Amino acid sequence: MATTAVPTPAAPRAASTYDENSGLWSWLATVDHKRIGVLYLFTALSFFIVGGLEAVIIRAQLQGPNGHLVSAETYNQLFTMHGTTMVFLVIMPLSAAFFNFLIPLQIGARDVAFPRLNAFSYWVYLFGGLFITLPIFFHVAPNGGWFGYAPLTTRAFSPGINIDFWVIGLQILGISSLAAAFNFITTIINLRAPGMTLMRMPMFTWMSFVVQFLIILAFPVITVALVFLLFDRFFGTQFYEIAAGADPLLWQHLFWIFGHPEVYILILPAFGLVSEIIPTFSKKPLFGYPVMVYSGMLIGLLGFGVWAHHMFAVGMGPIGDSVFSLATMLIGIPTGVKIFNWIGTMAQGHLRFTTAMLFAIGLVALFTIGGISGVMHSSPPADLQQTDSYFIVAHFHYVLFGGSIMGIFGGIYHYFPKMTGRLMDEKLGKIHFWLNFIAMNLTFFPMHFSGMLGMPRRIYTYDSGQGWDTFNLISSIGAYMLVVSSALFAYNFMRSRKKGEIAGSNPWDAGTLEWSIPSPAPEYNFATIPQVSSRYPLWEGNEKDAESARINSQEGKTAEDLHIILPYSTIKPLIVAASLVFMFCGLITSKALLFVGAAMMVVTLYSWLLSPLEPEHH
Amino acid sequence: MSAPAAHHYTSTGLDSRKIAIWAFIGSECMLFVSLISTYLIYKGRSIVGPFPHEAWVSPSGEHFNAILNIPVTSASTFVLLMSSLFMVLALAAVQNKNVPKRTRGERILGSSKLWLWATAIAGTTFLGFQAFEFTSFVHEGLSIKTNLFGSSFFTLTGFHGAHVTAGVIWLLTLLAIDYRRGLGPNDALNVDIAALYWHFVDVVWIAIFTLVYLIK
Repeated sequence: MATTAVPTPAAPRAASTYDENSGLWSWLATVDHKRIGVLYLFTALSFFIVGGLEAVIIRAQLQGPNGHLVSAETYNQLFTMHGTTMVFLVIMPLSAAFFNFLIPLQIGARDVAFPRLNAFSYWVYLFGGLFITLPIFFHVAPNGGWFGYAPLTTRAFSPGINIDFWVIGLQILGISSLAAAFNFITTIINLRAPGMTLMRMPMFTWMSFVVQFLIILAFPVITVALVFLLFDRFFGTQFYEIAAGADPLLWQHLFWIFGHPEVYILILPAFGLVSEIIPTFSKKPLFGYPVMVYSGMLIGLLGFGVWAHHMFAVGMGPIGDSVFSLATMLIGIPTGVKIFNWIGTMAQGHLRFTTAMLFAIGLVALFTIGGISGVMHSSPPADLQQTDSYFIVAHFHYVLFGGSIMGIFGGIYHYFPKMTGRLMDEKLGKIHFWLNFIAMNLTFFPMHFSGMLGMPRRIYTYDSGQGWDTFNLISSIGAYMLVVSSALFAYNFMRSRKKGEIAGSNPWDAGTLEWSIPSPAPEYNFATIPQVSSRYPLWEGNEKDAESARINSQEGKTAEDLHIILPYSTIKPLIVAASLVFMFCGLITSKALLFVGAAMMVVTLYSWLLSPLEPEHH
Repeated sequence: MSAPAAHHYTSTGLDSRKIAIWAFIGSECMLFVSLISTYLIYKGRSIVGPFPHEAWVSPSGEHFNAILNIPVTSASTFVLLMSSLFMVLALAAVQNKNVPKRTRGERILGSSKLWLWATAIAGTTFLGFQAFEFTSFVHEGLSIKTNLFGSSFFTLTGFHGAHVTAGVIWLLTLLAIDYRRGLGPNDALNVDIAALYWHFVDVVWIAIFTLVYLIK
């Protein structure tokens, strides 16, 4: 990572690996964090279509009473895969797309700390995602809910292969998330440009930093829960065997110790994106920056102490209920602080209502609704009325769709120019926003009422005369509108890649480092590693900031011109990831495959670890 | 391996690999905490024997002894603890490879191969003890399927054993490099990372030995 200040002899093979080919191979072998981010983005958006279609079938089934579009069994597979897909294959990887693309750019680094490990994470995600998604086309998809409660999911009650796909698939996806999290923690701690102190880091990087800690501490817990389930299903252990004395709540505790931090893993990146968008389009630094940092950390910390509020209905007794209820209400405080700080940022700002800004404001509004219904069922007596009803479905779609997805859409509109060099069409974007905003409320707001009227979650059909019919019809119409708005987004996205307006390095007049470099970002990111003296170097920086921004905004330079050494492209992470998934497939098919996969993995892993990352420095 | 740390600017001055291994160890703590908690939650909940600390007579009149063999496991624990000491010496030997050795004692202390071998062999000995323990338990009627104790015990200690196995393979890899081109101060970080992992696995065993074996 030599800077341009020190002239070094060009390394002949360094740059050529990137620029000169953009074919399929260059994508398979890439270790560039920006390309990996783009891969994450496209893959996750593809899974978004799959998860969305599953939701549409669910809504078509529930559109009116006594719907029989699909059977109960198919319905079980649909809602299980809708939840699993949206949580693990859409929102988390969409966040990961931004982690990959943005973190190095925001902290002034040339790549992540471990570029090849980064590629490995992506490939494991892709293969694991396919592993868990493909079964639905053969009618053998997981059917035990995205939470997979054991003992329901043990062999005795779920004898089919369906749950096997779920258990193994989640295990694979966990490896991807963990590997990525170690990488990003190290990157943020260690690869910040000179002067980029922790308290100058952009808020998206901060929230991502918190999320990586949640991942490394929460995922091992579900790994263990899944190992127990895997052993129960395949090797006859008794972890979830009630007749043998097992605790029927073991799974629930382990799952939600993971599952509640997971909720913040899903929302904090969107909070981070919004915290970039709102200051940019208010032309004001983020209001109360340190408090935003601390509230993010506090949300992460408290997130580990509230898991049992998912379990009030199991009867933990008054002390357990009170403790978890209070802790849950407490989380409302740092979250509320964030809402107020976004509003404070907008107050008296020069607001520009771009599509990204609209989505950001959409998050602030809709997440608040979801947050408030969340505080409602933090109280056990209220929760006992609401739990397992559509009220809960309304709640978590307001925080996940109204929160995470709105924030991520905003992020896509905002950062599209940095990824492609072109702007997305604003007119179509605004139509997308309004359609999406109206459809979203149309779909999920009535669920508060159908839930309050007693409609349970996960039922595949219902009788008329219970007061649910109209609400369900409205929800279904909203869902169809969401399809239209998403199609509009897809059209805008694909079209703008080639035909969008040329963006220039800083189309939004934003203040952070990623906007100091050309769009699309060059493969080396920064021609010179920037010197940072402020939170918004492009707005309020001193001469040093201005000087590095001037050098970095030069277009058309290749890494070779600048004598920047880049890592070799390599296919090895892909092969290791494929071997890993191959090995897990062996559990379902034959033990022989398991050993073949393991052997392949060890051999390719050694080959990866013993080959150099980049050309030798001279 | 990849280019030495000196060429790269880092915010902390530390090599990135060192930070990553600490993050990894933090994550591993949660893994073992979950496994150990499950073992403790299920302690005393098994409906049928054999049990860890007390004898059991089955309804059909079969007699089972208390299954945990504390003297034997104390011996294997001692071996594993010693391996951590050898690991420290191995790291020191690699770091001081270029310091001239005058006496025989200095040459012994400075032999990275000797101490890496000692660590790997001690680790393997521990695994041998574990294999012996597992087979004798199966002979005495306790398998992973027998009861909650069997399931949680074998899974917990099995996971730890798998970690030791990975550590031994890591050490053998370092040894192979040492034989091929010699490990020197430039490799100290790689050995240091392996050592951190090894000590972590060792510390986990101290927790397991105390909570599973010693406390009745």
